[in-house]
Amino acid sequence: MSSLLTTEICVVGAGPAGLNAAMSARDMGAHVTLVDSGVSLGGQLVKQTHKFFGSRGQFAGVRGIDIAKLLSDEVSRDPLIEVMCESQVVGFYQDGTLAIERDNSLRFLRPERVICATGASEKMLSFPNNDLPGVYGAGAAQTLMNVYGVRPGNRVLMIGAGNIGLIVSYQLLQAGVEVAAVLEAMPQVGGYDVHARKIKRAGIPILTSHTIKEAHGTRLVEGATVWAVDNEFKPIPGSERYLEVDTICLAVGLTPLTELLWQADCRMGYVPELGGYTPLRNENYETTRPGVFVAGDLAGIEEASSAMIEGVVAGLSAARSLGYETDDFKERISMAKTELKVLRQGPTGLKVRQGIAKVMALREGGEGI
Amino acid sequence: MDDGRIKRHPILEFKEGRKVHFMFDGKELEGYEGEPIACALHAAGVRVLRESPGLKRPRGFFCAIGNCSSCLMTVDGRPNVRVCVEKLREGMNVTTQKGKGVLLADN
Repeated sequence: MSSLLTTEICVVGAGPAGLNAAMSARDMGAHVTLVDSGVSLGGQLVKQTHKFFGSRGQFAGVRGIDIAKLLSDEVSRDPLIEVMCESQVVGFYQDGTLAIERDNSLRFLRPERVICATGASEKMLSFPNNDLPGVYGAGAAQTLMNVYGVRPGNRVLMIGAGNIGLIVSYQLLQAGVEVAAVLEAMPQVGGYDVHARKIKRAGIPILTSHTIKEAHGTRLVEGATVWAVDNEFKPIPGSERYLEVDTICLAVGLTPLTELLWQADCRMGYVPELGGYTPLRNENYETTRPGVFVAGDLAGIEEASSAMIEGVVAGLSAARSLGYETDDFKERISMAKTELKVLRQGPTGLKVRQGIAKVMALREGGEGI
Repeated sequence: MDDGRIKRHPILEFKEGRKVHFMFDGKELEGYEGEPIACALHAAGVRVLRESPGLKRPRGFFCAIGNCSSCLMTVDGRPNVRVCVEKLREGMNVTTQKGKGVLLADN
């Protein structure tokens, strides 16, 4: 076993939540080690070519790729933040030691506090032949084309008309890929209208109350049969139609990447509104294991803007719990919490509000697993 | 370099690395140094990356973040390499993985 490294706060994951957590903890004076499995910082922001709506004007109108650059530049040149890229935290031991894999070897880090911001993974959908090459996560297709400049296919069927499905469909067009249709099982589009209108203007049908029946092909996706569903999501026989596509993208939701938290024995609750199993955390984003904080999609699926602010809350709280104090601490943390409330208000925030209420109830009731 | 690459894009400019050569199942292919192996293969039209252990079904790229295990291939004799996050280097020998792969003991 190699020697044990130490740090005050280890932030796991350098996406929008992790970067903000690292910077906020640094603002309080804490030493931070930021660990990420990716080649560069930014997490999934590095493929977001669209402009953000942002909160309270912060980063509004800026493309995700540019936000990633702004944040990672600041983090990279900060002497209080040590960055470890291409390093994956694979173990969370009982005594709080983290095992980090890098270049096929393990190193061990003992932080005083951990902020987990590992994000989420895309959900799978059950249908015959869903394992054929050519069935890709929509985010994966986005990475392929927007980060590496490779077209995911020639003609795509997009499943899911939430924001990811709509945005990636539009970005597929920008990459010169045909989009045959966007399917949505719900009777209405889930994503923002502004994104849906761009798709419709491009002449791409958004088929609501529709789902995929099966993918066709033996070695690769060669087509798909889609069909309509009724109000109870039951398929309507006779409504089938065949679409010739070589790629099927799934944009049917995300689920938090919670592996480390299970290892850490943080109490978890099943909250479908937030994407599945999520950590039971308090309003400072501390889990039931003292000293372990969470932020971003891991703490419940939302948007990059809320992930950034959750990172601020977790970063400030973790540093404060180590005894660091600044004059503006109270003001900053209460402002961040207010911003989160603002982001989650209205009908679009309803599901998230319900999910968070469940998390709090499970936590206070001593429930969860 | 081939048909899978995006030539023109309204927002993005792709900085391509150094062109490198690698072997895929005995055939020489080209890609850019440092890009994930899966991207170079995809650009070259290779979408089947392995064969599942039980039903021997073809499997390909899926998550692009090293999370799902759909893209495991054998690289330079090492099985179970997640090619969606493994960087391409000159002279790599990449093969379609059949089944679980065999770990060779280091001597």
